[in-house]
Amino acid sequence: MSYQSMEEAQERCKREGIEFWKAVQLEDADERDVKETDSWEQMRGMWQAMLDSIDNYDPSLMSRSGLVGKEGGLMEAYREEKDTLCGDYMAKVMANALKMGCNNACMKRIVAAPTAGACGVLPAVLVTYFREYDVPEEKMIEALYVAAGIGQIIANRAYLAGASGGCQAEIGSGSGMAAAAICHVKGGSTEQIAAACAMALKNLMGLVCDPVGGLVEVPCVKRNVGGAVNAMAAADMALAGIISQIPLDQVIDAMKEVGDRMDVSLKETGIGGVAGSLRAQEVVKKM
Amino acid sequence: MANIFDILGPVMVGPSSSHTAGAVRIGLVGRQLFGQQPDKAVVYLHGSFAATGKGHGTDRALIAGLLGMRPDDLGIPDSFEIAKERGMDFVIEPRELRDAHPNTARIMMEADNGKKLEIQAYSIGGGRIRVSMLDGMDVNFSGETHTLIVRNQDQPGCITDVSTVLNLCGINIATMQVFRARRGGSAVMVVETDQVVPESAIEMLERRQGILKVTFLAAI
Repeated sequence: MSYQSMEEAQERCKREGIEFWKAVQLEDADERDVKETDSWEQMRGMWQAMLDSIDNYDPSLMSRSGLVGKEGGLMEAYREEKDTLCGDYMAKVMANALKMGCNNACMKRIVAAPTAGACGVLPAVLVTYFREYDVPEEKMIEALYVAAGIGQIIANRAYLAGASGGCQAEIGSGSGMAAAAICHVKGGSTEQIAAACAMALKNLMGLVCDPVGGLVEVPCVKRNVGGAVNAMAAADMALAGIISQIPLDQVIDAMKEVGDRMDVSLKETGIGGVAGSLRAQEVVKKM
Repeated sequence: MANIFDILGPVMVGPSSSHTAGAVRIGLVGRQLFGQQPDKAVVYLHGSFAATGKGHGTDRALIAGLLGMRPDDLGIPDSFEIAKERGMDFVIEPRELRDAHPNTARIMMEADNGKKLEIQAYSIGGGRIRVSMLDGMDVNFSGETHTLIVRNQDQPGCITDVSTVLNLCGINIATMQVFRARRGGSAVMVVETDQVVPESAIEMLERRQGILKVTFLAAI
């Protein structure tokens, strides 16, 4: 039975003297009745797919609606030519988030994390770090276990679908997963991992799912940037020793409550939010 | 219950796990149940599949599945052209289906030798699906585990026959559901198993009285 709460996972870590990622891996091996090494190899496959996806971005492609496609290329060119406000490293994170979002919209291969719409957040945070700092691949695969374990707890207590809980459940969860994952890579403790995730989730709580024309394009592609940047900020706060005054499990429960109260027009129906704007209606008419 | 590779994954062609990856799976499960690539397919899209399917590539995804592609196949965007090359005719239409989940597709498959099969399935998110109808009969399975589908006359002994044959082959039954159109009419058993059901077991079953047709769907 997968972890129903971060508290439960943390107790196991303490009891057995293991790191959070290991607790997630042991649970996976047990639940699916596979060897730890098989689970590891499968996770390595996910990591490789993320690396490949970023590399296979093609700025000349457009989505079927023609709304998105070139944003990753524009951001990369800007970073190379100009002084960015966010600095070179964060600009790389942003470019990678956009590339993944565009890949998804253009029917290229991606890794849903936790969903296809939010597929850019985790690789933007992890792949950028991996390539910049030359850390061992093993550390990144551990980080994917951290992300998956967090995602599973969110799925067990709340939800991961925009149609169920709004974008906070997709980009929000993706951001919480990425914050926890990068916190692990940077040597954060289990408590810091939980805090990073809690802060990332709180910052995006209430985010609505309002895709123009119901398509995973606008505002989804750019929200991957928001999710990635937020994850880095939350992880840095946790690593600085800043704690989340509300424990992670209770933050997830609050997210569920907010999602339940969210009007259905704001949950992937393409009715409310920016999907309801005049411009969006013009776009839909042309499709 | 979702495992960690439902959370991180699937590796898939975008843009939507429900409208693209799930649609590929519906097509693929349909093809596996049919046992071959259909020569002709008529696809009805219902609800959200009909409303936003085009922008999500749901239409191309379903055809890709019928061609045997998996959700991470880079050929998905070109499935219409590939179908043409491979000689599969298809028609896709929006259609209001009664009491159906918003992300539902119905597929009528036909082969030149006269073989026909109709399935209805819906996408539940994360690339996962449920098959809800088979040749007009209500069913409920995912195709994520090995699945044995037995069409039979609704008469005493058929369920015993199936469990006996599986037992003889050392196959454990994970779940079992039985459905029937009416008393004494046609019926269907959906048996999810822990092991692959071998061809020999299927032949043994098909020889039993009252059993009309047996199809095995290996976990996809």
